[in-house]
Amino acid sequence: MAEEKKPGLFEKGGKLYWLHSTIDAFDTFLRVPGTVTAKGAHVRDGIDLKRVMIMVVIALVPAALFGMYNVGLQTSTTYGLDWNFWHMFWYGFLRMLPLFVVSYVVGLAIEFGSSQIRGEEVNEGYLVTGFLIPLIVPVDVPLWMLALAVAFSVIFVKEVFGGTGMNIWNPALVARAFLFFSYPSSMSGSSVWVSKTWVSALKGVDAVSAATPLGIAHDGAFDAATGAVGQYSFMDMFYGFIPGSTGETSVIAILLGAILLVWTGVASWKIMVSSVAGGLLVGWLGQLAGATALPCYYQIVMGGFLFGSVFMATDPVTAAQTETGKWIYGFLIGALAVVVRLWNPGYMEGMMLAILFMNTMAPLIDHCVVTAHINRRAKKVQTV
Amino acid sequence: MSNQLVLKKGLDIPVKGAAAQKVVKTVKPGVVAVKPTDFKGFLPRLLVKEGDRVLAGSPVLADKQKPQILVTSPVSGTVKSIVRGDKRKLLAVLVDADASQEYVDFGTKVPADADQVKELLLKTGLWGALIQRPYGVQADPALRPKAIFISSFSTAPLAADTEFTLGDRFADIQAGVSALAKLTDGGVHFSVNKAVWNSSPFHKVENAIVHSVSGKHPAGNVGVQISHIAPIQKGETVWTMPVLFVAALGHVINTGKLDLTRKVAVTGPVAADPAYVVALPGTPVKEITDVPADARVIGGDVLTGENLGADGTLGFFQDQLTLLHEGTEREWFGWAKPFRPKVHSSSWCYFSWLTPKKKYDMDTNLHGGPRAFVETKCFEDVTPMDIFPIYLIKACLAGDIEKMEKFGIYEVLPEDLALCDYVDPSKNDIQAMIQQGIDLMIKEMA
Repeated sequence: MAEEKKPGLFEKGGKLYWLHSTIDAFDTFLRVPGTVTAKGAHVRDGIDLKRVMIMVVIALVPAALFGMYNVGLQTSTTYGLDWNFWHMFWYGFLRMLPLFVVSYVVGLAIEFGSSQIRGEEVNEGYLVTGFLIPLIVPVDVPLWMLALAVAFSVIFVKEVFGGTGMNIWNPALVARAFLFFSYPSSMSGSSVWVSKTWVSALKGVDAVSAATPLGIAHDGAFDAATGAVGQYSFMDMFYGFIPGSTGETSVIAILLGAILLVWTGVASWKIMVSSVAGGLLVGWLGQLAGATALPCYYQIVMGGFLFGSVFMATDPVTAAQTETGKWIYGFLIGALAVVVRLWNPGYMEGMMLAILFMNTMAPLIDHCVVTAHINRRAKKVQTV
Repeated sequence: MSNQLVLKKGLDIPVKGAAAQKVVKTVKPGVVAVKPTDFKGFLPRLLVKEGDRVLAGSPVLADKQKPQILVTSPVSGTVKSIVRGDKRKLLAVLVDADASQEYVDFGTKVPADADQVKELLLKTGLWGALIQRPYGVQADPALRPKAIFISSFSTAPLAADTEFTLGDRFADIQAGVSALAKLTDGGVHFSVNKAVWNSSPFHKVENAIVHSVSGKHPAGNVGVQISHIAPIQKGETVWTMPVLFVAALGHVINTGKLDLTRKVAVTGPVAADPAYVVALPGTPVKEITDVPADARVIGGDVLTGENLGADGTLGFFQDQLTLLHEGTEREWFGWAKPFRPKVHSSSWCYFSWLTPKKKYDMDTNLHGGPRAFVETKCFEDVTPMDIFPIYLIKACLAGDIEKMEKFGIYEVLPEDLALCDYVDPSKNDIQAMIQQGIDLMIKEMA
């Protein structure tokens, strides 16, 4: 009889087999698995989910880098500090680093733990979520709050549904919503969007109010003659030299990411286009109806609209699945976000809730599209 | 070219190793295997025992439920042994071929009506080549199908070029088509590749409705053509027959002999000399071509073929062998590398789009691990049919008969969605899922 091969430490039957999900995750992170096709097509495309996810992270890099610089810029401007470019970037980088670390450590720990419990391979979806979360929260958010939000979102929005691919809502946005509703004082108002923690500690200055253009416009300070919102011109908003959450401010950086996502086909251009169209239409109607003095295209460059349209609404898991559905889904996100902005007395940003609401509605949209498809098929068969 | 079908969606997988248009070898039959497993839905009953003499065309197996359906020997010789697997499942009947072949004489009378055509098909064992849709099972002799579809070409990766393999057998194909036309009131639909419309004789076929078809794979799949020409609805049946067997049927009518010899395309990145070899079904792979160590031998193409193993034999339906390297090597940071020149991807996340003409040394590596469905559009891009693949797949997984019907289970076989296997970043086995749905339909609707 052939001698039985002793199982490896992490193989089935080995002593540390219970750790296999974690080991597999690191192993396949480093090297493509040597698995060969067992059934179905004998050859397979080079693409896998790791590649898809890393593409989204790369697309986010311009927004993240610009955001770091802008964190320094806003602090420097608001507190009258004489910083050069590298000071600003370095300050932003150091302020953002802990957020990334906390987001990834907490999120991945839970992700690994739950994969371990399910005995499945660790999914790479959190690579993107973990990168998104620091970009959509205020820089000064206390790290424990962030950790709590990440934990809540990963556990209750993703893992309880079965992990990446099964969730209904975008986990990164739910983390933000969790913070928004649980700790509103750290998440909204006119003083949270410019980092001051270290500056006020070092220089002993009090926090200075620095409202975002969205907030300023909400208070009605729009100068129709110059096209400026408070002290910020349209081009300031377009380039991104304004207060706001780290990733959202620069239209140019977001567009660079959008080009990569559309080019690679990772995200749906239909959702992006229809979302912007929805925002423009409602913005225009709002201007006609006198709800705002802002021209409609301001809605796109202000706040988190474009960031949400490009990176959040297009999440393939939580978006509509059908191609027709994607048009409707995107359009309603853009439209709803601007409706909230214009006709809601309290809260000036509508993108987060619009996307979460449409995440909820996406299956309904798909259901309608699919039912129409079935009816059309039935009719076609009858006429043949 | 009255009936044109232009398909926009699809994907031609650029595998290296297309067969050169030359015949390099004619295999003299030695021991030939007759495999009941080649026929879906066929429950074999043995008609011969070891030591029996058979002729080319003699029945070897009969179906237990429909005893008129026979499987015949492709050679004359002596039954050498009967191979059984687990639970005594009949795997093959091995026939030791004579030095000179003798044929059963089926007569050269042109069959006059449907009953005579059926009788001829059943007697010769060519009935097994008639596939019934929905579900892709063996045709039921009691039925009269809505129509019969024949695709005269294949768009599958490295598939045998029928213009080369069957172009000189047009008279046989014509006789076969004329006979099949008697089996249906809806006519025989015969599709021809638009690219070779003028150069090949196929478009001249009579007693058939000829369609010109163009597009990437799976445009040559008969299922895709059916769904555009006359979609199958509940309660209807359509028969299909690979053009190779239409020619064999015509040959029986023209000469009275069953001759299943075919030009087999030996293809694939590790095939030493990709070219055509003349061989019979049941011929051992090793007699057809040299098999390098640790190569996977696929009977058929890389998408839908059967893993034969180096000691396997060519299947009844197969006119192609694909030799692939088993991709067990592990590439460092494969997924993160900006460039992977050796790996093809239809996705623009890699740079294969820069080299559209390049052929790749593909291997059997999965290039990732299985995951939940995430991407949604990639399936639709390679499925030129009016169906929502992802919904059909999910209905199959859920075993929801009503949904499967609504999403088009009657129109598809796994081969029609084989490209979904290829493009899926989540590495699911879509064909297996569809087959699971079809098996459930057969069980529940029987």
